[in-house]
Amino acid sequence: MKETFYDVMRRQGISRRSFLKFCSLTAASLGLSPAFAPKIAHAMETKPRIPVLWLHGLECTCCSESFIRSGHPLAKDVILSMLSLDYDDTIMAAAGHNAEAIVTEIVEKYKGNYILAVEGNPPLAEDGMYCIIGGKPFVEQLKYAAESCKAIISWGSCASWGCVQAAKPNPTRATPVHKVPGLANKPIIKVPGCPPIAEVMTAVVAYLLTFDKLPTLDKQGRPQMFYSQRIHDKCYRRPHFDAGQFVEHWDDEAARQGHCLYKMGCKGPTTYNACSTVKWNEGTSFPIQSGHGCIGCSEDGFWDKGSFYDRLTGINQFGIEANADVVGGTAAGIVTAGIAAHAGLTALKNAKQADKQPGAE
Amino acid sequence: MSEPTPPVYVYEIPVRLWHSLNALLIVALVVTGYLIADPLASVGGEASEHFLMGYVRFAHFAAGYLIAIALLARAYWAYAGNEHARQIFMPPLLKAHFWQGVWHEILWYAFLVKEPRKYVGHNPLAILSMHFVFVWGLLFMIVTGFALYGEGAGVGSWQYALFSSWVLSLFGDSQSVHSWHHLVMWLMVCFVLIHIYVAVREDKLSSQSLLSTIVTGWRTFKDDKPVDDAH
Repeated sequence: MKETFYDVMRRQGISRRSFLKFCSLTAASLGLSPAFAPKIAHAMETKPRIPVLWLHGLECTCCSESFIRSGHPLAKDVILSMLSLDYDDTIMAAAGHNAEAIVTEIVEKYKGNYILAVEGNPPLAEDGMYCIIGGKPFVEQLKYAAESCKAIISWGSCASWGCVQAAKPNPTRATPVHKVPGLANKPIIKVPGCPPIAEVMTAVVAYLLTFDKLPTLDKQGRPQMFYSQRIHDKCYRRPHFDAGQFVEHWDDEAARQGHCLYKMGCKGPTTYNACSTVKWNEGTSFPIQSGHGCIGCSEDGFWDKGSFYDRLTGINQFGIEANADVVGGTAAGIVTAGIAAHAGLTALKNAKQADKQPGAE
Repeated sequence: MSEPTPPVYVYEIPVRLWHSLNALLIVALVVTGYLIADPLASVGGEASEHFLMGYVRFAHFAAGYLIAIALLARAYWAYAGNEHARQIFMPPLLKAHFWQGVWHEILWYAFLVKEPRKYVGHNPLAILSMHFVFVWGLLFMIVTGFALYGEGAGVGSWQYALFSSWVLSLFGDSQSVHSWHHLVMWLMVCFVLIHIYVAVREDKLSSQSLLSTIVTGWRTFKDDKPVDDAH
């Protein structure tokens, strides 16, 4: 008989009392009613454990760093024990060929029944030579592991959108997971952010493992429960925005008072994430609370939108560093000058015609 | 000299009403829109004492709703009204004569022909620019505007379901929708500048009235030359 989640947790020394607490906590963090806590408990006691294979491509490991700092230590322990950490090159003990053999073993043993978590993305240029895992391009390992998985989790902005390594001009052709050509057609859950919030990561894994189905995703493939609102919508500084109270300089009185960072280029109004509600590091703070605007790290292509400190962001299509006001204002200026010149020419032409035909009427 | 061509009733009340409403709303939308992207100087005191940004945004949203509803009503009138009511909605793009008219009008503005042709409705170049810049530009602003509004209204709202959901996916991210909404605002500003200039200029130089027609709906003529509305 295969091990259940509960068996694994008990083996890890987690008491039944702690297990039930975790179930309630998970239900709460997923926004479910208290009635779901026993259902989660039942599922975990009866369902066989689903292994999670955690691969790393071009990335900085900030997703892993965030994940192991999940706010509630219990949640972290439980989730980590649920994960098959047979293969996670950041934390596993094995190395070399022995380590690589584990990937094959999991893929063969759990065919079609494991979750593939991808941190980072594969570079496609030069046949993937910019990211080599165990002597082979990462893109090959990714395709191989994706072939027989149940679903893919794209951890962070790298796997979801491409992030910094895919920023222009993207010399290695770093490509987000869902755009990798020839990848098996599996459901993909994007959990963007650089890194994503720890509690969001653990909740997504808990949801997948306990309910055995994908959480509701939005049009862009992100779990709706965490990515359906902008930072701005739930920002504690929002009243200052509505009042028209803005920080104008980093060292002004408004900055000390904690007014809205809109004019300092805060991307809260265009960024979908849960930072203003879930916050970071056990709910301690989030960027805006510490006095710096949101840089929009969970949005597609946030590196290529000009300065983090401009409200109107750069428009790269115009080839130069320009924003909508520069482009539009210049156009309006040229049009106005054109009109003035044209009106002048018209007047000149009329005067000439009047000269040519004196008393023609 | 013979009598000038008799006046023609061209623009019915709904068309004129739409025109003046648009003029007011576009000014309001451009001003408030610019202030949303680049807000006024901060106000002092407690946040609870003020609602400045809130009022600016409210004015923008209210004017946005009005201009959208007005366009819907006007689209209906393009169907129900006289032939001039659908001129800028359905330009005769497949007729050679129309394009000859456009070319002649370009030459007229380049000072290369002596006289413009005479029209009861809009001249072909005006039809072309009003259709492609104004009508489509307005539609673009309404669609992206509602998409941005839907972001604040939330995932469950009809604005989000009808607009934000597909517009955000199309542009890739919310920031790009903001930038394009802002850019096309400047396009509308350029359109308004040129529109006013050529209206005044043609009123003075061409053989048909323009400025009084905006108010009364009647086109009057200064001479008896044949009109060229064959398109």
